[in-house]
Amino acid sequence: MKTFSLGGVHPADNKISCDAAIENFPIPETAYISMSQHLGAPAEPIVAVGDKVKVGQLIANASGFISAPVHSSVSGTVKAIDTIKDLAGNPCKAVVITVEGDEWVDTIDRSDAIVKEIKLDSKEIIAKIQECGVVGLGGATFPTNVKLSPPPGKKAEFLIINAAECEPYLTSDYRVLVEMPEQVLIGASIMMKALNVTQGFIGIEENKPKAIEILNKYASAYPQIKVVVLKKKYPQGGEKQLIDAVVGRRVPSKGLPIDTGAVVQNVGTALAVYEAVQKNKPLFEGILTVTGQCSNVQKNYKHRVGTPISKIIEVTGGIPENAAKVISGGPMMGKAMANLDAPTLKGSSSVLYLTEDQTKRKEESNCIRCGKCVSACPMGLEPYLLNKLSKVARWDDAEAHFIYDCIECGCCQFTCPAYIPLLDSIRFGKAKVMGIMRSRPKK
Amino acid sequence: MKKLLVSPSPHIHGKENTRNLMRDVIIALLPAVAVSIYYFGFSAIKLVLVGVISCMLVEFLIQKFLLKGKCTICDYSAALTGVLLALNLPPNSPWWLMVIGAIVAIGVAKMTFGGLGQNLFNPALVGRVFLLVSFPVLMTDWTAPASFFGASLDAASGATPLALVKEAVAAGTPVSEIFAQNPSLSYSQLLFARVGSAGEVSAIALLLGFVYLLVRRVIKPHITLSIWATVFVFSGILWLCNPDQFTDPIFNLLTGGMLLGSIFMATDYVTSPMSEKGMIIFGVGIGVITILIREFGAYPEGISFAILIMNATVPLINMYVKPKRFAKEAK
Repeated sequence: MKTFSLGGVHPADNKISCDAAIENFPIPETAYISMSQHLGAPAEPIVAVGDKVKVGQLIANASGFISAPVHSSVSGTVKAIDTIKDLAGNPCKAVVITVEGDEWVDTIDRSDAIVKEIKLDSKEIIAKIQECGVVGLGGATFPTNVKLSPPPGKKAEFLIINAAECEPYLTSDYRVLVEMPEQVLIGASIMMKALNVTQGFIGIEENKPKAIEILNKYASAYPQIKVVVLKKKYPQGGEKQLIDAVVGRRVPSKGLPIDTGAVVQNVGTALAVYEAVQKNKPLFEGILTVTGQCSNVQKNYKHRVGTPISKIIEVTGGIPENAAKVISGGPMMGKAMANLDAPTLKGSSSVLYLTEDQTKRKEESNCIRCGKCVSACPMGLEPYLLNKLSKVARWDDAEAHFIYDCIECGCCQFTCPAYIPLLDSIRFGKAKVMGIMRSRPKK
Repeated sequence: MKKLLVSPSPHIHGKENTRNLMRDVIIALLPAVAVSIYYFGFSAIKLVLVGVISCMLVEFLIQKFLLKGKCTICDYSAALTGVLLALNLPPNSPWWLMVIGAIVAIGVAKMTFGGLGQNLFNPALVGRVFLLVSFPVLMTDWTAPASFFGASLDAASGATPLALVKEAVAAGTPVSEIFAQNPSLSYSQLLFARVGSAGEVSAIALLLGFVYLLVRRVIKPHITLSIWATVFVFSGILWLCNPDQFTDPIFNLLTGGMLLGSIFMATDYVTSPMSEKGMIIFGVGIGVITILIREFGAYPEGISFAILIMNATVPLINMYVKPKRFAKEAK
């Protein structure tokens, strides 16, 4: 079975919510639609207070090449264009809409019929994806149209759909694969047409036999797309690791996936692309898992972007008694929520509750130089050394030891028997070193 | 409102911690301890207990009164040093010898550098070598004490196999004749029971511990296997050149502290390299130095010295031997 070349760890699966079918989450009374739902410049609102908006209506334009437009996820009246706090408590601009009914713009095809025929050509597809505000839903929320337009001189050779979902607990991609396999396959075909490539892969971890079976059944109608089963190992779904596992090519240091000929897109993104291109539906909904051993419920919800997280918590019975941390995303790379009133974003994938036992950091002790962090690092770095160099601000040495290669997957810290918070200092050091590198005059 | 924790990722941790790892190494040593108790009875029990207690006590006292730091004896690392040091002494060593060893091992070799993880040299080995040069008679008195269980070693004569051969070769006896005269040098004797320090009696018990450490993924096999391979090849070449003067490679692998050292002492995390390549270099170095000392040096056994010498090279190895990097520089 295929897997990536170096390192990795084996956190417990904990896919407790995997059998919960996707349900529609109730539309909130007020939606807070953030202008910063993607990597890059925030979108520019084009509505004014008092305007009536419909579901799917454009409310903000992209404000640069790396940016994405934002659409309303609800119908109603614009109450305010305000600064709100995001998950971490940082300020961001948002359009606040008081919800009235659920009236959709009529260009959206709301039928259940699956549209297989791809009518648009490559350029039209990319334009449509941009127009619909589709961004990568695997975590980084990079605008999808940009990823589908390789820079001059680079040529895409194949598309890889990232169905690894290697983070413990998360099941949103899994549910999409089980319930909407054809939409994902058509979405992948659309992106292959946009990239003008004839080869596609779906990389999926072995711990999802049902999804693999369903995918294989439907994929037979798509001879250009191959389902590749991968070993269960974290971070199998890391972009660089996935390319290595599926086609055996390694993204060079400081390089991009396209340098290997690969374009990687997540399952959720494939679904969003399908809906945008075939159904004319902008990206304003997402699939989100509510889970955790201590969680009151195990659910997979389709939510309207802009729904306050506190609303989701309230509907599912409040914060569970034993919960000590609420995380957006997986337990390895997700973000701990500091502000539960923050709204969901396009890329929101979970509300994960962990207990104090599961998540509270234990007291750190001396490094015993066991080298487990070195063995676990999927980038072949020396986390123990980068930690020390970062702590004493030896940036030149940190750079000489390739700190900029770090993908912040957390394997080193996960595995450290002395409970040293390695990634805290490495993340800081990496940002510092990359800042220094960027400030150098280009040759 | 309920207070929630907020910290950067990752939010979960694996099951491993320092304490469990140290405990696993102690568990891996239990077969050797059991064999030792079987043959030496109360003396072995006393030795191990005095070793563990004195090592933990020395660490506790230094932490409390000298460093005034956090008490660290609960991490089992001092206990492990105690067990290892006990297994490295002759089974009938007096208790005070063990205590002196503990003071040197923990007090000098470990705490002086700042405690767990900071020491350059393996504490138990420093303790053993200190005792060996300070009390050479006591440290080579292999007369087996009487056992509770009535078990006794066939050749409780007072010389280890390596010492026996070394002396005889020095006296001009060809190796083949030495083996013919001493049935205690047969492979079956070497595997199950032979004269030596408390922990070296049974090769099988030590190998069992090695398998346990590998299965539990406490250590990687690189260091141990590269030591074995080097010893086998190097002593094999010498043996082929002159079988009258040099012993065969299997004999070299099964005698002395070879197994105890290569499985439990050379693989000590703190004093061995981080990368797999580094581990192999480290192991090869230990193998070569051991055979050089055994065949050409004054001591019959050299693995303790070999490991300590290679311990000193670990910072250099870590600096120059880097792990394989995932990403190559872009062209």
